[in-house]
Amino acid sequence: MKKLTEKLGFALLFLCMIISLFFLGSILYFIVSRGFSVISWEFLTQVPKKAMTAGGVAPAIVGTFYLTLGSILFALPLGLACAIYLCEYSPKSYVVNIIRMSINNLAGVPSVVFGLFGLAVFVKFFNFGVSMLSGALTLGIMILPNIISASQEALLAVPQSYREASLALGATHWQTIKKVVLPTAMPGILTGVILGIGRVAGETAPILFTAATFYTRGFPKSVFSEVMALPYHIYALMTEGTHPEKQTQIAYGCALILLALVLLISSVAIIIRQRQRKYYG
Amino acid sequence: MDKNNIRMKCEKVNFYYGRKRALDDINLDIYKNSVTAIIGPSGCGKSTLIRLYNRMNDLIPRTRLEGKIFLDDKNIYDIGSDVVEIRRKVGMVFQKPNPFPKTIFENISYGLEVNGEKDKTFINDRVISSLKKAALWCEVKDRLHDSALQLSGGQQQRLCIARCLAVEPEVILFDEPCASLDPISTQKIEELILELKKTYTIIIVTHNMQQAARVSDFTAFLYIGKLVEFGTTEKLFTVPKEKLTEEYLTGKFG
Repeated sequence: MKKLTEKLGFALLFLCMIISLFFLGSILYFIVSRGFSVISWEFLTQVPKKAMTAGGVAPAIVGTFYLTLGSILFALPLGLACAIYLCEYSPKSYVVNIIRMSINNLAGVPSVVFGLFGLAVFVKFFNFGVSMLSGALTLGIMILPNIISASQEALLAVPQSYREASLALGATHWQTIKKVVLPTAMPGILTGVILGIGRVAGETAPILFTAATFYTRGFPKSVFSEVMALPYHIYALMTEGTHPEKQTQIAYGCALILLALVLLISSVAIIIRQRQRKYYG
Repeated sequence: MDKNNIRMKCEKVNFYYGRKRALDDINLDIYKNSVTAIIGPSGCGKSTLIRLYNRMNDLIPRTRLEGKIFLDDKNIYDIGSDVVEIRRKVGMVFQKPNPFPKTIFENISYGLEVNGEKDKTFINDRVISSLKKAALWCEVKDRLHDSALQLSGGQQQRLCIARCLAVEPEVILFDEPCASLDPISTQKIEELILELKKTYTIIIVTHNMQQAARVSDFTAFLYIGKLVEFGTTEKLFTVPKEKLTEEYLTGKFG
C-alpha cells in the first residue's frame, strides 16, 4: 500500500511536469513553425512596406530593444537602491512592513493601469509626448515593484554571518553592503531583472498610449521619438489592415523575433549570474 | 593578576534583549597576552558577553547595555567612540566558519582593502604571512584564487583566523571556534591559539571544559547571566571557590 502511494505520487508529479512541458513545447513549436518562413535578412533589417504586407520589422525590433533597455536602466538602480534601504538601513518597524506590503501589492496592478498613469504623468504632465522616453519610464515603473521585491528577497537571503564577518574586520556598513552583500545577492537580483526583461519586452498595454506607434518610416531618432514595438506591432497586424493572411504570417514572425530578443537580452544577465555563482560550492 | 596588565575590562555590565536580562552585573578583567576562557552551560550568556567586546550586539535590534566596557582606558561604548576602529582592533572568529563567497586570497585581502590599504605588494605579502600564521599556507598555496567555499570546515575556520589576523587586531575574540569542527581540526586550532597568545590578547568562549583547561590562562564561569567565578584556569579547575563552579566542572549539570 505504501509502495503504491509512493509510485502514484511520483507518477502524478511526473505527469504534471510533462503537461507543463507540453504547453511550453507547443508554444515554441507553433511560433517557430508559423513564424520561421517569413524570417529573412530583409525581414530583420528593413522597414515595413506595402501596408505591412512586405518588407521588414526592423524599427519594431530596435524600438522594443531600446524600450526594454531603457526601462531596466531606469528601474534597476532605483529599485535596487530602494531594496537596499529597506533591507539594510531602515529600522525593522511596523511602517516598513506596510511599505513592503504596498510594494508587493503594486506588483499586482494591471499593466493597462500603468499605461494610463504613464499617459497622464509622462506624456501629458512632463510633456514628454508619446515617445520612447515616456514608454521606457512607464515600463520601468511597472516592473519597479518586481525589481524591488526580487532584490529584497535576494538581500534577505544573504547570511547575516557574512555581514558580521565583514563588520568585525573593521569594514563600514556601506563597504559591507557594496563588497559583500551586493555581490552575494547579485544572482538573485539578476533573476528578478531577467523576469523583468521578459515582462517589459512583451507588454503592450503600458506602451499603447505612451510610446508605440503603428508605423514609422525609419528608426527612432531620439528619446522623444515615437517608436514601433514588436508586441504592439503584432497586435496591430492581427486587428487592422486589409491582408489578414499575409499579416498573420508576419505577426508570427514578429513573435519569434520577440522571443529571440528576450532570450538575447536575458542571456547577458544570465552570463553575469553564472560568473557570480561559480564561487558557490 | 597584575592590574597593570589589564587590556579589556567590563564594569557593572548588564545586557538586555528586549525586557529579558541576559547579563547581570558582570565585572571582568581581561589580561594582556593571555587566553581568557568563558565557560558555562548553554544560554548562560557566554556568546552575548563576548560579542560585547567588539560591539557586535549593536546589530541586534531592541538590545540595551548598561555599564562600561574598556579597551585600555577607553570605554568602547562611549558616545562618539568609533565602532569601526574598535572592530579593527578587536577581531573576531565566529562559531560557524563564515568565509565570504570569494576566493581564498580575496577573503584575506578584504580586511586590508576596507581599511584603506592599496599597495598591491604589501597586500600580497600580508595575505601570505597571515595564511602562514594561521597554519593554512601549505594547504592552499597552490589555489589561492579558488573559491574559499571549497575548503573543508576546519580549513575554512583557519582561513577565518587568517582573515582576522591580516588586519592586525590587538585582541581576538573566539566564539566557540571549534563547535562545528572535527577533533583533528580542533587540535590544530587549539595549537594555533596557544601560538597566537604570544602576540595577541585572546578571549575564547567554549562549551568544552577540556578545551578551556588546555588553552586558557584564565577562566570565567558564567551561570544564568552572572559571573560566578573568575580566576586562573589552574586554580578554577583544581580548587574552585564556588560550589556551583565545582558542580559544573564535575558534570552535575551542564
